[in-house]
Amino acid sequence: MTGGTEVLAAREVGYAYRGGPPVLRDVSVAVTAGRNLALVGESGAGKTTLLRLLLGLARPTAGEVLFDGAQLAPRDRAFRRAVQPVFQDPYSSLDPRQRVGRIVSEPLRSLGLLSGSRADRREEAAGRVAEALRSVELPADAARRYPHEFSGGQRQRIAIARAIVCRPRVLLADEPVSALDVSTRARVVELLAGLADGHGLTVVVVSHDLSLVAALCAETAVIERGRVVEQGATADVLGSPAHPYTRRLIASVPRLSHATRLR
Amino acid sequence: MTLLDVAGLSVRRADGRDLVRDLSFTLGPGERLGLIGESGSGKSLTALAVMGLLPAGMTAHGSVRLAGTQVVGARDKELDRVRGRTVGVVFQEPLTALDPLMRVGRQIAGPLGRRRGLRGAPLRAAVAAALDEVRLPESLARAYPHEISGGQRQRVAIAMALACEPEVLIADEPTTALDVTVQAEVLSLLDRLVAERDMALLFISHDLAVVADVADRVIVLKDGSGVESGRTRDIVREPRHPYTRALVDSARALEGALDRLAP
Repeated sequence: MTGGTEVLAAREVGYAYRGGPPVLRDVSVAVTAGRNLALVGESGAGKTTLLRLLLGLARPTAGEVLFDGAQLAPRDRAFRRAVQPVFQDPYSSLDPRQRVGRIVSEPLRSLGLLSGSRADRREEAAGRVAEALRSVELPADAARRYPHEFSGGQRQRIAIARAIVCRPRVLLADEPVSALDVSTRARVVELLAGLADGHGLTVVVVSHDLSLVAALCAETAVIERGRVVEQGATADVLGSPAHPYTRRLIASVPRLSHATRLR
Repeated sequence: MTLLDVAGLSVRRADGRDLVRDLSFTLGPGERLGLIGESGSGKSLTALAVMGLLPAGMTAHGSVRLAGTQVVGARDKELDRVRGRTVGVVFQEPLTALDPLMRVGRQIAGPLGRRRGLRGAPLRAAVAAALDEVRLPESLARAYPHEISGGQRQRVAIAMALACEPEVLIADEPTTALDVTVQAEVLSLLDRLVAERDMALLFISHDLAVVADVADRVIVLKDGSGVESGRTRDIVREPRHPYTRALVDSARALEGALDRLAP
């Protein structure tokens, strides 16, 4: 599906932490509605920094970030509602002192999406939380419990529920499954793919895990040392990689289909 | 000849709960056994019990014989003879395994000097040789752990584990904290060193594809019990226990999309 609308884009962005060398140089990537995008690379490549720029958590030192074609305004409510983050570690991204219902409904309150009397607002929040928990296949009574009562995979589902409760258009996920066990990982990947199909969400995922990328994303940008070395349709980038670094990444993925002891 | 003989090993918490239950396996020279399981399955506790390094409040029951020495119930003084010499260990997180205040060279020199009675120039030469074995430049000896990359740190940890020329190497998730391309390098390094020295290898991982690359035999752990064991090839091709089947299915599902794009 080409010709979809460009929701979010980095145009020739560069970024340097204060006093340091640039960690991103001349990076251009675009998030097209309906085409999940993977930002692939290893630690220190600049993936997470790029994600922070796309989230409006940092301002590029060169180039610009566009949201719906206009320069991104991080405090703009329309932007914050449309673009939501999911972080890597579900053990540190959820406030341990708050019940899941309160955590999941936080974007509704901070973005001022609830209206009417106090009772109305509470009722609407509860309804939206129940809907979000249903979407991530958690039981409705999860809302009354605390994060520590849940496993890693369930916590990541809670984090995803929190991100989708305000019905965003784009989900930016930083290594969303790398802290999870293998069997849990497969189910969270399925969930993300399902949300993308069923909720009109476009998922942007930062990952070094090419299995996840192949399963979830139509588009891939490979980042090495702050530069995009290759990008395009995932089928092309992974199917016929042009850059040696991409080839090395693919060859390094441990796979049952390639395992020495199974031959 | 059996180097490591574990029979009916249980690890009990102070409240009487068993975190590892009735585990038995043996390991001879040149043999490679994988312990696979998800978080909380008891893999790492098994490794610690074998070394006699269980955290306070946990006790081992049953029998662990390392080259004839009974580890269960032994005093530290007796264990000093086997730790390092009979069995060496590489942990998951090289940053916490190394002393942050000591130069890398001195950390390798410690066990090397004690084992071989070296000092001065011969000791420095031995450190250089140990670094060369793990494909690190001699100049790295002067670096502190925080000044080198994760992959380099894990190579240093491997050099330390091998310094006393152990007959058994325990590797507990040695590449989980590393990037994929670095993981591939460290795995092939371990593979070469273990083969060259005809060491026995106990390889612990949550990643079936990694285990299938390294270990000839495998034990599948779930909630502290071994649910299935046998040749890696048989277990991956024809898993009998439902849990093993679920693990294999998840691994295949995760890599399926990548296999289709980049066979």
